[in-house]
Amino acid sequence: MAQTTHPPGTGAHAAPGGEGTSRRDFLYLATGAVGAVGAAAAVWPFIDSMNPAADTLALASIDVDLAPVAEGQAITVTWRGKPVFVRHRNAKEIDEAKKVNLGELRDPVADDARVKKPEWLIVIGICTHLGCVPLGQKPTDPRGDYDGWFCPCHGSHYDTAGRIRKGPAPANLVVPQYAFTSDTAIRLG
Amino acid sequence: MAQAHAPQFKNPVVKWIDSRLPIFTMLDHEYNQYPMPRNVNYLWAFGAIAGIMLVVMIATGLVLAMQYAANTHIAFDSVERIMRDVNYGWLLRYVHANGASMFFIAVYIHMFRGLYYGSYKAPREILWILGVLILLAMMATAFMGYVLPWGQMSFWGATVITNLFSAFPIVGDPIVTWLWGGFSVDNPTLNRFFALHFLLPFVLFALVILHTAALHVSGSNNPLGIDPKGPQDTVPFNPYVTVKDGFAVVVFLIVYAAFVFFAPNYLGHPDNYIPANPLVTPAHIVPEWYFLPFYAILRAIPDKLGGVLAMFGAIAVLVILPWLDTSKVRSCKFRPIYRQFFWILAVDALVLGYAGAMPAEGVWLMIARIGTAYYFFHFLVLLPLLGKLERPLPLPASICEPVLKGGGRVAAGAHAKPMEKA
Ligand code: HEM
Ligand code: FES
Repeated sequence: MAQTTHPPGTGAHAAPGGEGTSRRDFLYLATGAVGAVGAAAAVWPFIDSMNPAADTLALASIDVDLAPVAEGQAITVTWRGKPVFVRHRNAKEIDEAKKVNLGELRDPVADDARVKKPEWLIVIGICTHLGCVPLGQKPTDPRGDYDGWFCPCHGSHYDTAGRIRKGPAPANLVVPQYAFTSDTAIRLG
Repeated sequence: MAQAHAPQFKNPVVKWIDSRLPIFTMLDHEYNQYPMPRNVNYLWAFGAIAGIMLVVMIATGLVLAMQYAANTHIAFDSVERIMRDVNYGWLLRYVHANGASMFFIAVYIHMFRGLYYGSYKAPREILWILGVLILLAMMATAFMGYVLPWGQMSFWGATVITNLFSAFPIVGDPIVTWLWGGFSVDNPTLNRFFALHFLLPFVLFALVILHTAALHVSGSNNPLGIDPKGPQDTVPFNPYVTVKDGFAVVVFLIVYAAFVFFAPNYLGHPDNYIPANPLVTPAHIVPEWYFLPFYAILRAIPDKLGGVLAMFGAIAVLVILPWLDTSKVRSCKFRPIYRQFFWILAVDALVLGYAGAMPAEGVWLMIARIGTAYYFFHFLVLLPLLGKLERPLPLPASICEPVLKGGGRVAAGAHAKPMEKA
């Protein structure tokens, strides 16, 4: 094959004064390329071994009973090793979340798109800045300037729909995958 | 550098080995005859001090690792067991924990020495860059070590720092999951941090060997920043520098021991004696003091990716520093304007450190922003300009000239004047 790609006279050695390509250069390149692919293939198991293992991935979904959570209160449940905030919003909080002008939001999403039932807000309780757990679950906690949550780490304020309003966090608190299994129970995951 | 003749070993065993593996010749060459500029001051001892600290960390770390258990259920308790039940466990742990701080003190002084005397300039660029790599490896090591006791600060420090990588678009989240080995900082994370915390100091050791090898090619800089012109400008490493460094090491160790025995938790954070709780973030997360200036830079930028880039940028400017500083004169002694800005930078670093420990709001946020802006202004604008605008003072003709007034008695050489104070 290689021979056909070379003009006559540039056999195994570089043509004198020519471009200097030869069958040997081709062999070097080909060997190098095969070696590089082989090395990459050999390295991959090492790298991938550090990704989540099968047992870590095999995460059961969990059921949460909402009945005991009174209006205006909130609970925190653990799911996939992360805190999930479940807040029973009162009329004022729902109203605040709805009447915001989307144009002034950093990560604009309407309140409707973040809840399945207006009185229940369910979000992953991890600040989208650098992963702290924001305050605002307990009645005594500071809730920030927008009545939602306040992240003490670097001062991010979230509103009553868990949307970022002020501070360094780039995005809203994440809404996890969940479904209502009855009027007062949800399944996360 | 050393144009020394091959040593004659008397011991036949040494001779036999040396003719097959010239390790004794090498040691003699690099640590006995190695010519040091005769005018170096005590700031030149901090390299040796940092080296001693690395050895102390590896020695104490090794025996701690024999008692420590890297599992989220028992890590905290295993450290408490080291403190209460293991023979001298309290001592070994306090020596290790405070050792990290003392190591950083030594290295930061060592680096500011380099900044003041222009030790990063030709022909020492690679030497300097290896130093910056050592700093990075140290930071990674100390960060992962701090996670091991699995207290609240361990957990939340690890969470915040690993989350830095999520700032990068697209690849960010997969990288963070990969770093964690899960969906949050958890047992897989602790395990790998322990493995890496054990490994990295040895990488550090290798870097230190390269750093010293590069040093012994160019030779040491000195407070005047001019090259030695001959043997009259230098003294042999041993005994002059070994003794001087040895004295500095002892003084340093006294300060270190004072921390270990009288204020072992002064530099730490009390929250780290609370076991890690993934559901409760401490009200005020602060990293260890040696990360504070960088932490202040991170928080000063009101944008996640921007903050992360600025923080890494703060170290990246050190890598390209040899090319940012356009002045040919090394030592601040002869740079009247740069000298003042050097001190402003030093104060800036302290102010940033202080702001990093304060809540990121109001006036502290403002101060951190000004400090960050100044930091980059110093390296990216001032240094390139000053080299062009500043008029340096006249340099002395040689190192011994200012001492001997006119370079007299040159031929006598260093050995003949042991009492001459450099
Ligand atoms: C560059 C050198 C090193 C630095 C800067 C460093 C730093 C640290 C720091 C800051 C801690 C946390 C201390 C605490 O709050 O309890 C720590 C813990 C630990 N380190 Fe290191 N370390 C170094 C080398 C080593 C080596 C070489 C080993 C093992 C061979 C090791 C093993 C350990 C162990 C087992 C712990 C957990 C016990 C404890 O918390 O005291 N370290 N390290
Ligand atoms: S982690 Fe919440 S503001 Fe930084």
